[in-house]
Amino acid sequence: MNQTRNPRQKRPHQGLEIDGFTLGEMLHRGGFATIWQVSHPDHPRDMVMKVPTILDGDDGPTIVGFETEQMILPRLSGPHIPEVIAMGDFAVMPYLVTEKLPGASLQDVFDAVTDRRPMPLEALIALACEISAALHQLHLQRVIHLDLKPGNLMRRADGTLVLIDYGLARHLDLPDLLAEEFSIPMGTFPYIAPEQYLRSRNDPRSDIFALGAMLYELATGTLPFGQTVTLRAVRRRLWQDPVPPIALRPDLPPWLQEVILRALEVDPARRFQSAAQMLFDLSNPTQVALTARAAKRQADGWRLRLRRRWQMRRIRGFAPPPDGAGLPDQATDQSLQPAVLMAAVDLAPEMEPLSARILQAMREVLHFRPEARVACVNVLRSARIGLDIGTDQDGNNLHVQRLVALKAWGAQLGLPEGRVTYTVLESSDPAAALIDHAGRIMADQIVMGARASSSLRRYLGSVSAQVVAEAPCSVTIVRLPARRPEHGRPEPDRPVSGFTPTPDAAPDHASPP
Amino acid sequence: MRLALISDIHGNREALEAVLSDAAARQISHFVVLGDIVGYGPDPAWCVERVMALAKAGAVVIRGNHDAAIAEGGRDMNPQARAAIDWSRPRLTQTQRDWLATLPLTQREGEILFTHASAHSPGDWIYVTSGRDAMASFRSSDARVIFCGHVHIPALYSCDLVGRVHDHQIAAQVASGNALPLLPSRRWLAVLGAVGQPRDGSPAAAWAIFDRDRQEISFRRTAYDHALTARKLRGSDLAPAIAEALAERLREGQ
Repeated sequence: MNQTRNPRQKRPHQGLEIDGFTLGEMLHRGGFATIWQVSHPDHPRDMVMKVPTILDGDDGPTIVGFETEQMILPRLSGPHIPEVIAMGDFAVMPYLVTEKLPGASLQDVFDAVTDRRPMPLEALIALACEISAALHQLHLQRVIHLDLKPGNLMRRADGTLVLIDYGLARHLDLPDLLAEEFSIPMGTFPYIAPEQYLRSRNDPRSDIFALGAMLYELATGTLPFGQTVTLRAVRRRLWQDPVPPIALRPDLPPWLQEVILRALEVDPARRFQSAAQMLFDLSNPTQVALTARAAKRQADGWRLRLRRRWQMRRIRGFAPPPDGAGLPDQATDQSLQPAVLMAAVDLAPEMEPLSARILQAMREVLHFRPEARVACVNVLRSARIGLDIGTDQDGNNLHVQRLVALKAWGAQLGLPEGRVTYTVLESSDPAAALIDHAGRIMADQIVMGARASSSLRRYLGSVSAQVVAEAPCSVTIVRLPARRPEHGRPEPDRPVSGFTPTPDAAPDHASPP
Repeated sequence: MRLALISDIHGNREALEAVLSDAAARQISHFVVLGDIVGYGPDPAWCVERVMALAKAGAVVIRGNHDAAIAEGGRDMNPQARAAIDWSRPRLTQTQRDWLATLPLTQREGEILFTHASAHSPGDWIYVTSGRDAMASFRSSDARVIFCGHVHIPALYSCDLVGRVHDHQIAAQVASGNALPLLPSRRWLAVLGAVGQPRDGSPAAAWAIFDRDRQEISFRRTAYDHALTARKLRGSDLAPAIAEALAERLREGQ
């Protein structure tokens, strides 16, 4: 049944009315679709309609790409996703109406960048953080974009970054119509990951590669693999490494080269394992572990490349992502991401047994999530807002002291540098500070302690209870085993020895009471 | 509106009860039974009675080959199936047997077609196990969505705008119960798994929910006490070898 000859079939043109929508001006004509300004009496907002350009007869990839977008986009939500308003019937005219995003795509920003005028570092890092945060939120919804490129980045009027165009995307919980029908690699050649060339469509780390390629472009004004137009040329990225960005831009900090080249690793297992981990490094430059990547000043020599080419001659694919990404069973994990774990620890002397217990709990979690990164956090409780608490009576810097202690604690996890960060938060409201921080670093899980019941808790309220109630992620509460009351006598309910809480107490080790 | 699609109950009371209570817990009150209420299992009369009650409450009920064999003899069945039918027949009342014989082979509800086996010549009980089989169903009906059973292994096929048929890989979705959109640009054929005798490696009862408003299907699995059903089979006066084989199947989901 060839519905392209259906007499009801309509073609888009200015003034066409369909399902209550009236087509206005054509805003864009792309290779596979046209974009129209539309209006509808029931929807007063600014909207656009995307209509796939379906040629008469069999135009498989365009149709299936459009079906894919119709399937995936309505299932996505969040600030970085365009809002869907309506979808059209293929029998009459296939279309997708979404909110209108003002202005053009970030293609303009990328076009303005040249090797003479690369993007200023601050702006580059800020944009990189934005994209990786948006990407992480997409991946958490079990969707891989697979066509990340400047033209698919837009902004809302309020500046929020929006990822558009899901025509090549993959939803890990839905059938992959594209893979079922086509065996050619799809994507935008200058940005696609080597495994996409090898037909992989289930690895979120492919998007990390595309992001790396975009950052390389912004940093240097050139594409890491040039203006690739043929599949043959795409294949080359299996063995040919890009010129290190510092060679093209000497003022690029080595840590940023480390981040970019790591994202561009051929083997997905050597890249960042999630967009959240990439964001983690982008927002903690001083804690990025520098490897040979950071020190590289020229592309690898021809011998090395030749050897890699030989090694890659028969490669069919790379190992699938860990933590079940790309695997059918979503029940094992809510996300397809290697985790960011946040350990909130109290370093007060009387809390030593509990902090040792938290350490043990962290080791257990890391046993099952060996890829995870750890953010160690301690809260320095400021008694009153605005009161200077920077130093103790002897003039020692409390913040620094605390950071040193926190590092000593975290070092016991034995994680390599770069997998762990340390932050001392200052706040009069420890629970709020922890919750806020967990949201900012996109933690998947918080591990923290809770004191046994005591009157102290009644004074201070329970930090752990508040974190459990309000945290944006899972929270694991660690407790010391209850001491068995001796001679059947209940333990007296008293404050922890050596600590008398008073209102306006001096800076106190605050965290999990 | 959401429909609970259940098929191939095969006299398995425990499985049917588990599925019905799972559906009730999900506030689903519309049922479609795609045939083979009897056969293989130890409780044919109870299952027929329960489905008759569903029918009275408005459920669509389709006749399967085992239901037909109660009246027709089941001469073309394999010996095991036929032995189970011969054992089931006297356990049904005349009213129940008559009711089974009056069930339709197919039923159309708007753009949906319900049938037990292939929509192509439904009385011939052709299995839909490949894109080619699905193609025959798509050709013999203009329904946009076809639901059938008979195979005991869930599957999903679509027929695209240019008439090509696709066999979708849904094993993962069957395990997780995700909602799959039946895109309006295609025609769809869903093969339901079996409530009472799954054969895809999982012993849990297979069924599905179809959301008519959202045009989404969710394949579901509901665990039930298959050990109890197996005990009933072994304790019945079916030939011991047959009872044992049928009981073992339930445990393995094979």
